[in-house]
Amino acid sequence: MKDRYDVLVVGGGPGGAVAAETAAARGLSVCLVEKRPAIGTPVRCAEGIGREALREFIDPDPAWIAAEIKEASVVAPDGTELVLNAKLAGNKVGCVLERKIFDRELVRRAADAGADIAVKTTATGPVMADGAVRGAHLTGAVPQVGADVVIVADGVESRFARMCGIDTTVPASGMMTCAQYLMTGIDIAPERTVFTVGNTIAPQGYLWIFPKGERTANVGIGISGQKSGPGHRAKDYLDRYVRSHFPDGRSIEFIAGGVPVCRPPPSTTADGLMLVGDAARVVDPFTGGGIYNAMFTGRLAAEVASDCIAHGDLSGKALAAYDKKWRESEMGRSLARNYKLREYFIRQTDDRFNRLIHSAAKIDLDEFSVPELIREFVVRNPALLADLTAFRAALS
Amino acid sequence: MIRIDRTTCCYCGTCVAVCPQAALELVDACLEEQEGCSACGTCAKCCPVGALEVCHEGQV
Repeated sequence: MKDRYDVLVVGGGPGGAVAAETAAARGLSVCLVEKRPAIGTPVRCAEGIGREALREFIDPDPAWIAAEIKEASVVAPDGTELVLNAKLAGNKVGCVLERKIFDRELVRRAADAGADIAVKTTATGPVMADGAVRGAHLTGAVPQVGADVVIVADGVESRFARMCGIDTTVPASGMMTCAQYLMTGIDIAPERTVFTVGNTIAPQGYLWIFPKGERTANVGIGISGQKSGPGHRAKDYLDRYVRSHFPDGRSIEFIAGGVPVCRPPPSTTADGLMLVGDAARVVDPFTGGGIYNAMFTGRLAAEVASDCIAHGDLSGKALAAYDKKWRESEMGRSLARNYKLREYFIRQTDDRFNRLIHSAAKIDLDEFSVPELIREFVVRNPALLADLTAFRAALS
Repeated sequence: MIRIDRTTCCYCGTCVAVCPQAALELVDACLEEQEGCSACGTCAKCCPVGALEVCHEGQV
């Protein structure tokens, strides 16, 4: 490990790993630091991702695919299940990952591309010069590393950005507080992800079952931080559900986590600094999915950083090309739409959820996407249109 | 101040992200309180497992 690099990446999740690989593949000197002693663990994720989204970055490998998903279903508060099918028969629409192995593979690829990797190394604060970020103070063998650009991918905690003056604090209303068991010995449809909604089941969130084998699945829940408190936390709701639905199941892992569903800060760049992934608060606020968005912003940040380094301009203004690009991308536009969708979703009563889901027993989707699903719901419930005016334009 | 029940904490970092004072930090997998806690209780409210409790001065 040297004391100076073109790019320093803080955090070894998917966002940081893809950023490091991209920058190294472009010939830059790169160091990725991860504060934990092992990449990918402890996992803080439900591990689901769309298959096509994944393929933009890496070909699926059985080594880290726990299950192939062919359909999804939404369960109403009264228990009615609506199955969503991809019209294309045999279409594998999604994957449930084994993040412990997946994350390590992404970091291995970054290392193969030439990046230095330092685990058990915490970035304790930025090195500043003339108001610009020029590296980081580290724990470990090298106390300080200089860098032209620091790409921050430190996840939900997002401490580094705050130390650089970018406020990434998540309000309680914008935090999904989550708990999950990896359960085995349970009766599930092994190729179907299940999302259960309802204010008594998962207030302002949902409960998920993401298969990881024939009788094994991530069974988890996310509720709004605003709805959380003593006796009614994510874990309380999850335990209640598991007791009634999987009384004979065995939990072989328990994890907790926070998913930021607030809006990103006004700027995700500053002089010498770029934020990606959960640290940049670019999680999909409707689904809570963050793996793809982290990899997408990680790659884009590294590409823009590499261009800026080539032109010798590392000002916040030059790096802001990254901010502009992700906001204008399909991912950025989908985020903007889904904030509105979430605001609509969290206002619904259980009665409304029941009626919506009763309107169809099965929906065949041309394309497995949120807009496509909304479109189908609107077809079945024309009265919805009055509610949906705000984002009708986005759907057309 | 915050009282951290270390037998309950799952070191997930949710509290770190919601703390308005940036007064919490996960050092590797150990939650630590830094200077500046305003005892607002947001962390305790959002904790998925109930590992945090606000305690006021003299209550430690």
